Amino acid sequence: MNFSLNRHRNIIDFSLSSLLRRKMKNFSLLAVYTLIVFVIASLLFFVHALKREAALLLADAPDMVVQRLMAGRHELIPDSYAGKIRTIPGVRTVTPRLWGYYYDPVFGANYTLIVPPTPTVEPGSILVGAEVSRNQRVRVGEMVAFRTSDHIPLLLTVKGIYPSASNLVAADLIVMASEDFQAMFNLPKAHATDLAVTVANPRELSTVAAKIVEAFPDARPILKSEMLRTYDSIFDWRGGMMVVILSAAVLSFVIFAWDKATGLSAEERREIGILKSIGWETADVLYLKFWEGIVISLSAFLLGGLLAYGHVFFFSASLFEHALKGWAVLYPKFKLVPTIDGYNLAVLFFLTVLPYTTATIVPAWLAATADPDAAMRS
Amino acid sequence: MMQHPAIQALLTSSFLIAGMLLYAARYGVKILRAWDLRSGSELQLQLERRTYLVSSIMGYVLAFQILSLFLFIFTADTLHSQFTGAMCAAGSLNANGYGYPVFFLKIATCILAGVWLIINHVDTRGYDYPLIRVKYGVLVAVLAPLVLVEALLQFRYFQGLHADVITSCCGSLFSVDKRSIGGDLAALPAVPTEWAFYAAMAATFAGGTFFCLKGRGGYFFSAVSCLAFAVSAAALVSFACLYVYELPSHHCPFCILQREYGYVGYALYASLFCGGVAGLGVGALMPFHNHTSLSHIIPPVQRSLTIFALASYLLFSLIVSYYLVFSPLRLFS
Amino acid sequence: MIELSQVSKSFNVGKSNQFTAVEDISLTIEAGQLTIFKGPSGSGKTTLLSLIGCMSRPTSGRIGLRGIRTAFLPAEASQEGFDISSLPERFLTEIRRSTFGFIFQQFNLVRGISALENVMLPAYPTTEIHAAFQARARELLRLFGLSRHAASRVEWLSGGELQRVAIARALINDPAVIIADEPTAHLDSKLSREFMEIVATFKAQGKTVLIASHDPIAYDSHLADRVVEMRDGRIIPGGQQP
Repeated sequence: MNFSLNRHRNIIDFSLSSLLRRKMKNFSLLAVYTLIVFVIASLLFFVHALKREAALLLADAPDMVVQRLMAGRHELIPDSYAGKIRTIPGVRTVTPRLWGYYYDPVFGANYTLIVPPTPTVEPGSILVGAEVSRNQRVRVGEMVAFRTSDHIPLLLTVKGIYPSASNLVAADLIVMASEDFQAMFNLPKAHATDLAVTVANPRELSTVAAKIVEAFPDARPILKSEMLRTYDSIFDWRGGMMVVILSAAVLSFVIFAWDKATGLSAEERREIGILKSIGWETADVLYLKFWEGIVISLSAFLLGGLLAYGHVFFFSASLFEHALKGWAVLYPKFKLVPTIDGYNLAVLFFLTVLPYTTATIVPAWLAATADPDAAMRS
Repeated sequence: MMQHPAIQALLTSSFLIAGMLLYAARYGVKILRAWDLRSGSELQLQLERRTYLVSSIMGYVLAFQILSLFLFIFTADTLHSQFTGAMCAAGSLNANGYGYPVFFLKIATCILAGVWLIINHVDTRGYDYPLIRVKYGVLVAVLAPLVLVEALLQFRYFQGLHADVITSCCGSLFSVDKRSIGGDLAALPAVPTEWAFYAAMAATFAGGTFFCLKGRGGYFFSAVSCLAFAVSAAALVSFACLYVYELPSHHCPFCILQREYGYVGYALYASLFCGGVAGLGVGALMPFHNHTSLSHIIPPVQRSLTIFALASYLLFSLIVSYYLVFSPLRLFS
Repeated sequence: MIELSQVSKSFNVGKSNQFTAVEDISLTIEAGQLTIFKGPSGSGKTTLLSLIGCMSRPTSGRIGLRGIRTAFLPAEASQEGFDISSLPERFLTEIRRSTFGFIFQQFNLVRGISALENVMLPAYPTTEIHAAFQARARELLRLFGLSRHAASRVEWLSGGELQRVAIARALINDPAVIIADEPTAHLDSKLSREFMEIVATFKAQGKTVLIASHDPIAYDSHLADRVVEMRDGRIIPGGQQP
């Protein structure tokens, strides 16, 4: 064992020196390879971080949300439904929720209005998210005018602004009192936007949901697990779409790598011919080529991965945001929490190193099996 | 089909691996038809050169197939939340009829590739390529079709995966009436399996030691080692996992790969795989140990393989026994 | 001892440009002798040397080696002699690496690395520790008076120095047979004579030496035990015998 290790060490030694001897060619290959790894790694890290954020957020969401549908459209749900649902065995709490969207024509932005379950602001005041305050150009203590369903504008005072660290959830949020909410939209009394339901035993969720539908055929229960899955799916789907688009880039890279590997310069061919004539066997030359490939792959992988890490977590993936986050006027500027796991690195490996290695197997073999005679006579 | 970067990665890798094997098999057929070591013709030289390519390809195939096996399990694990009732990878694999066949096929191809590389290693040490026909016969007739089938089934598996997500804004209860996937594996009863496991291990050690010392009983050792492999796999599911999770009902063999169990799954699966391949390798080499060119090459190789197999199985048994003894769970008083 | 019987080597067999470099050669080379192959260019000397030196396989005929140690055959079999014409490349290379040292006409040194590295190259695929063969390489360079050029790139060395690096490289694995193809082609008379003196030391060490040359300084040398004359791929009978 000790002995064959020496052979490996010697050949690895030579492979490093051989890489350095052809700096230009290997540098250009490394640069392109790193770029490909960088792009795909950014994508994977970004999607993973977003999924994680979404999962963390939804962890606090209610187990089930019950909405009411009329002719397939979302309708306000009467509070009496809540009373009936509370009587279903297994249900712990039912909380009517008031929330909605407000479109501001002046700035062309959609805000989310919400009335918290426990009163947080008194009537006449609001708490706004960082993007809202920036968009409306208001600070604490100033007033915002809202259009209501009658033509009287509703003036509300900003009592607090959510910090930008909470932008992922609160960027476009406006928290207000229920009286203001009802005044703004002229809501009928004793109605809510939807009901938040918690159950004692999570395994009973589907049963409870089925009973709710039975009791109220126009009700639509949405389970938290379904929401989680759907979000996961969306991010995965978008990520997957980007990978498909990027596969063209990967393919070009593979062709480029293959070209570099087959296009040995006369000098390289001569060198391999010499090696084979002085006693290097084809397997030794193959091993040499193998190590050259590994060194390049590992360097590109590490470098590309590091750059992607910085790009996604310190520069907020500025190159990709638009495709992955969606389009909106109010763009939450947020920093993602750096998170990485072995799984993503494995996927990255499969999407980058594997195609490269496959492309170089045959060229490496062609180089290694060259007849030393022919190579040296040239 | 679900669009997921990991799924795309797996499909890409199986496509590439299958492609490489088809390419290798094509030359395998040529070699089988035209190989003649005695002739110094150009064709023979070319064929000899090709054998290097096929060996390289097989080395890479083994490495990538093992990696893809793990990636497959992890993807199944990551996706489990998308299916109602699936608690972990075991559940995801149950999502349609192709999941477990793909899993078993991947394992089978990894093991076969390992054994092929052992035969290849011995063949290259013989000065007249003694096992060349056997090698390429196995490659063309067994390994290549197996990998192709696995790639196809994997594609069908992913194609048939549909997440239980909200698909329409007017509908509701998307997951209630979907059948809940069995999240668990059928497992053999714990006590008899424990006995069978230790008995199989003891037989393996006895057979292996006898073979190393006396040089006879290679087939017996190989057979007993394969039996130990199968029993160990069953043992993992039926009782070893229970002790690791400290739960009497969690039979899933994939969760031991997670961080919260100290990644012990890797050690267990790696040692089991090594033991299985080495043991099978000993048996695969047995028919040839009387060949003139191999007569003094095969016995030492078989001895090293036996020792390696025994060491791997020992590691596996030690880890399982450690959990058996030190886990707070007591299955029977 | 090396024995060739009815060895032929053809290139591009079956194609329109089929060419037979060496035809029907039968030859026995005794250990410890200096054999010189003489003949015009194109007579097949280089091909014959590469066949003897395990660099290529004959199209037909047999080449037997006797008394040469190998790792894959038990000692008795090596003593009796074995046929290398159908050995797989890996074994041929292993024999070549440990038994034959080649000195090429064009020197064939790797550009871009130092003289010391070049000398060490044939030892890389062996299982020896780097430090061991590096020490041997340094010693060889010292023997040929090249110590101060050890770290120089080969592009900076003169013709004579290059030749000595090539000789040192051929000696790194302590081979039993030295094969030199037109070694004096790029050297002036003084250096050519120096080369023949080095060959004398090889003979004194008991090594077998084979030289292909059309240089009179080589083939007229008193050191030669035997001169084999070749033309058009065949041996012309009637060479000098000891």
